[in-house]
Amino acid sequence: MNAVSAWLTPQTAATAAFVMVIGLTILGALIAVGARNIFHNVLGLCVSLFGVSGIFLFLNSPFVALMEILIYVGAICIAICFAIMLSEPLYLPPPPRNKAKVLGAAIGSAGIFVFLGLLLKKTQWTAAPERSTDWSVTTIGHYLLTDYALIFELVSLLLLVAMIGAIVIARGGRGNP
Amino acid sequence: MLLFNQLQTYLYLALVLFAIGLYGVLARRSLIAILISVELILNAASINFMAFNRFLAPHPAVGQVITLFIMAVAAAEAAIALSIIVAVYRKMKSINVEHATELRG
Repeated sequence: MNAVSAWLTPQTAATAAFVMVIGLTILGALIAVGARNIFHNVLGLCVSLFGVSGIFLFLNSPFVALMEILIYVGAICIAICFAIMLSEPLYLPPPPRNKAKVLGAAIGSAGIFVFLGLLLKKTQWTAAPERSTDWSVTTIGHYLLTDYALIFELVSLLLLVAMIGAIVIARGGRGNP
Repeated sequence: MLLFNQLQTYLYLALVLFAIGLYGVLARRSLIAILISVELILNAASINFMAFNRFLAPHPAVGQVITLFIMAVAAAEAAIALSIIVAVYRKMKSINVEHATELRG
């Protein structure tokens, strides 16, 4: 009993949850990239995005974690599902893999992985000397409407243009050309 | 030092996610799969911003604001990309990037 209670501290529980969230993220990403069926790719992306939102929780930002689920899982994944339904039928067999291309991609991404990993190992990060402790959503709102008001408006304009552009480009569905 | 209280953990995780996404962009041939990989890369960038925000930045709201902007731009990008994919399918009857060779000189 004593051994169990010694193990079951909040710290170990939090670490276990953190490892689980990391595993979810990486496993989902591997499914999203590796699976042959395009629908499994989308589901893997969903799993990975849930993991990322858990990481945001660990980074003290529940609001951004919620937005991650709302925007990525709720909007982007669903939009990708619509695109899958509107494009190639799923019953067609996927074309065989191009070995040279897969090998080249693996070497390229592994090269960049090693380079950035070594860079990360070498870098010493120094925190800002004075750090505010204000994590509230109210402050985010203040920043959005004062310091970042211009970017905020530009993003809304971008979304409007993207919406109109998407409607214009995709009008007509997959039928008549 | 706890695992989730270290900046390095998050940076390495973002690095892994970025490498997986980059592999997907290079290796996959379906346009939708490439879009999914790009979303993974954008998420790696978001994790980096949030980690620096948590451990280094003077004002902890700024990184969250930037992450929200990344999400908005990703949503716009996904909408445009998906409509282009539907248009490409209508034109070519395929969303394989190796078949989209109409502009090849």
